[in-house]
Amino acid sequence: MKHFIIAVAYVILAPFIGGILFGIDRKITARMQRRVGPPLLQPFYDVLKLLMKDVQVVNRLQIPAILCHLVFTIITGFLFFEGSDILLTMFVLTLSAVFLIIGAYSSSSPFSFLGAERELVLMTAYEPMVLLTLIGIYKVVGSFSLYGIISTGIPLIIYLPGIFIGFVYIFTMKLRKSPFDISASHHAHQEIVRGLTSDFSGLTLAMIEMAHWYETVFLLGLIYVFFAFNPLAGVLIVIASYFLEILVDNTFARFKWDKILNEAWLVALILGGGNIVALYVITRG
Amino acid sequence: MELVLLLIAVPLISAILAAVVRLHSIRNIIIRASFVLMSLISIYLLVTMLKSDTVYFTFNSDLISKTMFVIEAAIAVFIICLGIKYRKFLAIVFVTIQFSLLSWYEYKFSGHSDDLPSFFIDKFSIIMALIIGIIGGLICIYAIGYMKDYHARHAEIKDRQPVFFFIVYVFLAAMFGIVFLNKLPWLFFCWEITTLCSFLLIGYSRTREATDNAFLALTMNLAGGVAFALAIIWLASSGVEPCLSELIKSPKGTVMIPVALICFAGMTKSAQLPFSSWLLGAMVAPTPTSALLHSSTMVKAGVYIIIRLCPQLNHTLTGSMLSLIGAVTFLFGAFIAVSQSNAKKILAWSTVSNLGLIVACAGIGTWETVWAAIFLIIFHAVAKSLMFLCVGTVENRIGSRDLEDMDNIIVRLPKLAVMMIIGISGMFVAPFGMLISKWAAIRAFVDANRILSPILLIILAYGSAVTVLFWSKWIGKMTSAYTHRTARDPMEDEISADENFSQMVHAVLTVCVCIMFPLISTALVEPYIISIYGHSFDINRSNFVITGIMVALVILLPAISVPRHKSHFRYAAPYMSGRNEYTGRIFDGSMETKKQLELRNYYLGRVFGGKKTEKIGTVLAACLTILLFGVSLI
Repeated sequence: MKHFIIAVAYVILAPFIGGILFGIDRKITARMQRRVGPPLLQPFYDVLKLLMKDVQVVNRLQIPAILCHLVFTIITGFLFFEGSDILLTMFVLTLSAVFLIIGAYSSSSPFSFLGAERELVLMTAYEPMVLLTLIGIYKVVGSFSLYGIISTGIPLIIYLPGIFIGFVYIFTMKLRKSPFDISASHHAHQEIVRGLTSDFSGLTLAMIEMAHWYETVFLLGLIYVFFAFNPLAGVLIVIASYFLEILVDNTFARFKWDKILNEAWLVALILGGGNIVALYVITRG
Repeated sequence: MELVLLLIAVPLISAILAAVVRLHSIRNIIIRASFVLMSLISIYLLVTMLKSDTVYFTFNSDLISKTMFVIEAAIAVFIICLGIKYRKFLAIVFVTIQFSLLSWYEYKFSGHSDDLPSFFIDKFSIIMALIIGIIGGLICIYAIGYMKDYHARHAEIKDRQPVFFFIVYVFLAAMFGIVFLNKLPWLFFCWEITTLCSFLLIGYSRTREATDNAFLALTMNLAGGVAFALAIIWLASSGVEPCLSELIKSPKGTVMIPVALICFAGMTKSAQLPFSSWLLGAMVAPTPTSALLHSSTMVKAGVYIIIRLCPQLNHTLTGSMLSLIGAVTFLFGAFIAVSQSNAKKILAWSTVSNLGLIVACAGIGTWETVWAAIFLIIFHAVAKSLMFLCVGTVENRIGSRDLEDMDNIIVRLPKLAVMMIIGISGMFVAPFGMLISKWAAIRAFVDANRILSPILLIILAYGSAVTVLFWSKWIGKMTSAYTHRTARDPMEDEISADENFSQMVHAVLTVCVCIMFPLISTALVEPYIISIYGHSFDINRSNFVITGIMVALVILLPAISVPRHKSHFRYAAPYMSGRNEYTGRIFDGSMETKKQLELRNYYLGRVFGGKKTEKIGTVLAACLTILLFGVSLI
């Protein structure tokens, strides 16, 4: 019951936390670029404005696709905080990403089509690391449930340092931040209009934005798991890693898709794969 | 027992009737009736056997063995004649070796295992029977409409439909034989019948390409057959009765070489690297053949026999090697599928890849991996068959099986598109079956805790990522709609009732199997695993609930939220920098020209270049195959 309440709390609170995070993000980014930046609550104003607009679509598939994207992103987080199997949970996240991609494909604008293709490449790039992360956690703890993992009190970070770094690396991809912002650049004018979100407006765009908030909070939750043995350290690390993402976003130029794929796979293989192999060697010896 | 014989007899009788009856309408009735009979009998078998354990029964008669031997001799002569005619000497060599081995066996060990049960029924063979009976029968029904269309479009190919259906039904009968037979020499007879049938079906069109590919399939499978025959003789001469039940019971180590030989035969049959090329070559055959080979027959026979041998493979080097071969096949199959744009080739490589995963699971051979492997078989059979049928229909409608020609399918052939999306979802998306099995496989590999585990897990992680890529790309291309008109395209109405029926049932089955998988698990798969290992895969029941809800959501949510009326929303043209015309994907070019916009998918040739990747995979798998025999000698 307690877990269920936490999960419901996630569903209600995550958009607020996510929105404020994004507000802070924009503020810090602006400061790094010697601008003042928008007010902290700007992301909420943006989404509210989008919601008040007329609903306009390119075709009939857009709304169901994006609705599914949002709903399954929420379900992902719900299942995670409710203590369900995190591997299954991650598969649901993949499903939600697939729906976003289908939505972008369906609009058939060349810009969103290209954005969808690039998003798929990103997905291919980060998926191995995601799976390896979960495998690593399961290997150490022997459980796939959030509370099962926390209750053991094992400091995961000591067993999974490589996997943790690898996961933070792909976190940048999931946030679609530079250098990995090929599918939907934060800066609308820079790259292929706005990639996979080119053809979304109003309601659908607001839903995508909200899904992004939910997803970010969920992923930060996953980062916390590595430090769950010490809640204070956990929270600090979560904040630090989010700050790191902002820093990376502002200091890196955009990569090309093949570089992203090669590099992400290499990172996953060396850090993730290496970590898992080491784990097996140690636990057997 | 009567039921099993009936299951084998129904397709056999249908085969003879289909070959004899010249009238299309009557033959169609026979085909539909045999589908009904086969599925009813297999379901009845399921119901009656639900509570009971494995049942063995003896049905030995010298006459059957003798008849089989005579038929095998006839087949050998037939293949030798064809081999001489088409100058395929390797096939002749293999068939000669095989037949000499068989003759030797017949001469030396005939009557060897007469007191042992020849047939058995257990939960696993019932699952297989359901797949063969229902999916196979449905494919036959689909073939009614498809073959008519096929011959209308390919006037140059001689209409030999009676022969076609005859072979298909013999094929199904042989498959039933394989899954219920205990005596290896008899099983081997059915095994060789499937090889022959696939050879004849692939070569159906009698074009040069078809003949070459048919012989490729024949040669590779005969090589597997030689290994199988050797295994039987090895067993007989080392004093172990050549029966599945005896083979599994024998102490580990003593029968490792015959086990490795049979696994090798299974590898060739289920198109594992380095033997994948025959399945790709089989693409030249009419679509029902491909659907049959990929879903309910042929390749499934290969993995079936390997899964049967799991208790022997468990915790052995041979099993580990087999597992590695499967993993390599899984990874490279997925890599190659990414670089393909031909829909049938994508399907074929994904079959190779999925079978690789099954073999990887079977090689580890713990109860968890066996659970995953059996579910992979079930989900793959249903979804893959659906996909093949849909691609066949699309091909007959739009005249292309290329992914790049499939955009706007959702508008042109909406019903078909929805079924294809169900099929694709069944292959890779979360709540649907394949992913459940993958999830189980990951857990199982971690729990197995072998030296091999990290390698398998890393391969699984990469392979899965790539799988997501090529399937999503496909869905994306289909949903990429450039008109929002709601008028019906007449194209959809041209699809024959038989094809439609078959596809519909497939789509419904795909969803049902996903929703009912907890039931299938408790009623069939777990009892089988308990009967072999003494304990079974323990899954958190709440996961079942979650997946059930998810399947419902994935289906209901889009269905509810598709706007019914145009007036609900304002429609806008897709963004093309303000240069678009408002119909189709046409934009204003320079000098007042109108240009058609074409959007093409990424195939990532630079990363996953087809031929080179294939070569690496083949060499790797070939080395592992040699090692497989090497380690089984130890």
